[in-house]
Amino acid sequence: MNSRILKKYFPFFVMPISVCYLLAFLIPFLMGIYLSFTEFTTVSNARFVGLSNYAALFSADDNFLHALGFTVLFTLVSVLTINFFAFLFALILTEGIRGTNLFRTVLFVPNLIGGIILGYIWQLIINGILIRQGVDITFSATYGFWGLVVVMNWQMIGYMMIIYIAGLTSVPVELREAASIDGAGYFTTLRHVIMPLLVPSFTICSFLTLTNSFKLFDQNFALTGGAPGRESAMVALDIFDTFYGRAGSEGLGQAKAVVFFLILAVVALVQIRLTKRLEVAP
Amino acid sequence: MKRWLSFAVLLAALVLTVSACGKNKDTLYFLNFKPESAEAFNKIATVYEKETGKKMRVVTAASGTYEQTLKSEIGKSDAPTLFIVNGPVGYASWKDYCLDLKDSELYGHLTDKGLALTSGDGVYGIPYVVEGYGIIYNKAITDRYFALQNRSTSVGSMEEIRSFEQLKAVVEDMTAHKKELGIEGVFASTSLKSGEDWRWQTHLANVPMYYEFEQDGISVADGSVPEVSFRYSDQYRNIFDLYINNSVTDPKLLGTKQVADSMAEFALGKCAMVQNGNWAWSQIAGIDGNTVAEENIRMIPIYTGIEGEENQGLCIGTENYLAVNKRASAEKQQAALDFLNWLFTSETGKELVTDELEFITPFDTFEADEQPNDPLAAQIAAYLADDTRTSVPWVFQLFPSQNFKNDFGANLLKYAQGNLSWEQVKSEFISKWKSEAQ
Repeated sequence: MNSRILKKYFPFFVMPISVCYLLAFLIPFLMGIYLSFTEFTTVSNARFVGLSNYAALFSADDNFLHALGFTVLFTLVSVLTINFFAFLFALILTEGIRGTNLFRTVLFVPNLIGGIILGYIWQLIINGILIRQGVDITFSATYGFWGLVVVMNWQMIGYMMIIYIAGLTSVPVELREAASIDGAGYFTTLRHVIMPLLVPSFTICSFLTLTNSFKLFDQNFALTGGAPGRESAMVALDIFDTFYGRAGSEGLGQAKAVVFFLILAVVALVQIRLTKRLEVAP
Repeated sequence: MKRWLSFAVLLAALVLTVSACGKNKDTLYFLNFKPESAEAFNKIATVYEKETGKKMRVVTAASGTYEQTLKSEIGKSDAPTLFIVNGPVGYASWKDYCLDLKDSELYGHLTDKGLALTSGDGVYGIPYVVEGYGIIYNKAITDRYFALQNRSTSVGSMEEIRSFEQLKAVVEDMTAHKKELGIEGVFASTSLKSGEDWRWQTHLANVPMYYEFEQDGISVADGSVPEVSFRYSDQYRNIFDLYINNSVTDPKLLGTKQVADSMAEFALGKCAMVQNGNWAWSQIAGIDGNTVAEENIRMIPIYTGIEGEENQGLCIGTENYLAVNKRASAEKQQAALDFLNWLFTSETGKELVTDELEFITPFDTFEADEQPNDPLAAQIAAYLADDTRTSVPWVFQLFPSQNFKNDFGANLLKYAQGNLSWEQVKSEFISKWKSEAQ
C-alpha cells in the first residue's frame, strides 16, 4: 500500500526539485565547463579556443595562484579558530549558567546578517582601531587577512556553536555518570567520552566552515575589495575581477571557476572521508 | 495514464512560472548607464507612454556595474534594444551587437559628426551628452582667502590661475591658513577605495595622456593604442601630490574613502576644492546641510605643469554612446529609433532632457537657451564659449581595460600610503598598458 502510493506520487515530489536542479545548477554548470574552453562576451557567441585559458591561468602574471595561496591560508586559520571558539562556547553554554538562552541567541545573531553589511561594519570598526597607527585596512594585506579572519569568526561561531550544543545535549547522561564513577575528571571525560561522540558534529562543522571560508566572497568584497592592489583578494573575488575586469577574459574567469570547483570538491571529499573514519557509536 | 496526466499538468505549471518572468516582449527596453539619471529616465518613460502610447522599460545598472549588467542582460531573449557603449574600448567588446546608425535621423542632428563612435564607414554609437570636469571650487572660501591680509601669494583671484605653479602656491598657502578659512583641508578626500578611484585612475590620468597622444598624433578615432610612454608622469605626480598633501584626509587613510565622502566634504564646506564634473551638481545640492551656494560654485581646469597649459580648458567630452541592438527584431530597432527621435527632437522630449536629465546635448535641435541651468553646466558652457581656451577631449576612452585602470588606482593608493615608489607606479602603468592592450 505505502509503496504504491509512494510510487504514484513519486514524480510529484521529485519533479519540482529535479527541474530546479537541472535549470539552476546542472545546465549552467555544464555550460560553464564548456565556456571555460572558449572566448566569449555573452554565452551565445562563444568561440572555441582549446586550453589557452587554462594556460593563462597558471602563467606568472596572473593573480590566481596568489589568490589561491591566500585563500588556503585563510581557510586553515579560520577553520581552526571558528571551531575552537564555537566548541568552547558550546561547552560553556551547556553548563546551565544563568542567561544561557540569551547568550546562545546573541552569539547566533551575527549569522543572520548579510556578508556585505558585515564587511562594511567591520571595515569601520577595524579602521577605527588602525587609525591610531595612522593607517587603514587597505594599508597591508596582513591587516586584510586578519580582518577577514575576525569577520568570518564573528559570523560563523554562533552557527557552529548551535551544532555543537545539539551534539553535546545528545551525549547520554549515563556515560558521563559512568565516567565520573570510574574517577575520570572533567578533561578526561571531555577527551575520551564526549569528543569521540561529537565527531559527527565536528564533521559537519568543519565541512561547513571549510567550504564557506574557501568560497568566501561578500565579506572579502566589502571589507578590503582586494586592496592593497590584489593582495588580499581571495579566489572567488579574483574570479569575479577576471570575469568583469577586461573584455575578452570571460573565458579565463570561467576556467578559474572550473579549477576552483575541482580543488574545492577534492578538499571537501577528503575532509569528509577523514572525519568519517573517526566516528564511533555511543 | 493518470500518472502522466499529473506529470503533464505539473510541467505546464512550471513552464508557466518560468515564462512569466519574460513577458515584456513588445516593449522597448533601455539599459541605462547613469545611476544619477535613473529617476529622470523613469519619468521620461512615463511621459513617453502617456504621449505616444508606446511602452518602454528602463533598467539602470548600479554604479560601476554597467558592463556586467549589460553582459548578463544582452544574453537574454528579452535583451535591451537600446543600450550604452563606453567609447572605442566598450565598442570592441560589443561590436557584434551594435547596429549601424549612419542613416538614422538622430545622427543627422549631431552637430559634430566627429564625436560619433565610428568604425570603417559605419556609425555604431551616437553620443547623447557632453560632460566636463575640472577642479570645482567654492568661491565663498577662496574669496575669504584672497581677502586675507597675510597671504603670501600675489594671485588675486581663482580666474588668474593659469598654471600649476600658481595653483600650487595658492593651495599650499591656503593650507597654511586653513584655520582662518574655517576648512579642514583645501581638497576633498582623494577617494582611493577600489571602485571609487575613477576620478584619479581615469579622469586625472586623462590630462597627461592627452598631451602625450597629442604629440604622438593619436586621436580617439584610432580606437586602440598598443603602447604608451607615460611621458608626463611627473606632471601627474605634481597634481596628485598636491591633492593628497593638502587634503581633509591624511594620505594613509584614503583607501576606504568613496566619491560620496568627498562630495559631502565639499558640500558641507569642510574643504574648498574637489576634482569632479558637472554631473556632481545634483550630488552636492542633494546633501543635507549643504552650505555651498549655487552662485559660488565654479570650475577651473586641471593644471599639472605641462608646457603650454595656460590656455588649457576643462576636460570636455563623452564616453557614453547610444547603441541599438543589432540582434533585436526590426520592429524593436525602429521603436528604439523612434524613442530617440522623440526624446531629442520633440518639444516635450527636449524639455525633459534639459530639465530632468540636465544634459548638455550635442544635437542641433537644441537652441542656445535650451541648456540645463545648473551652475556647473553653466561653467562648462562658459569655457566652451571662450575661444582662448582649448578643451581637453576625453582620451581616456582609449585606456585599454577596466583591469588596467583598477591596477593603476590600486598603485596610486599604495603610493599615497608610502608603500610604492613613483618610479614603480610609472613603470607599471607602462607595462600594464602594454599587456592589457593585447
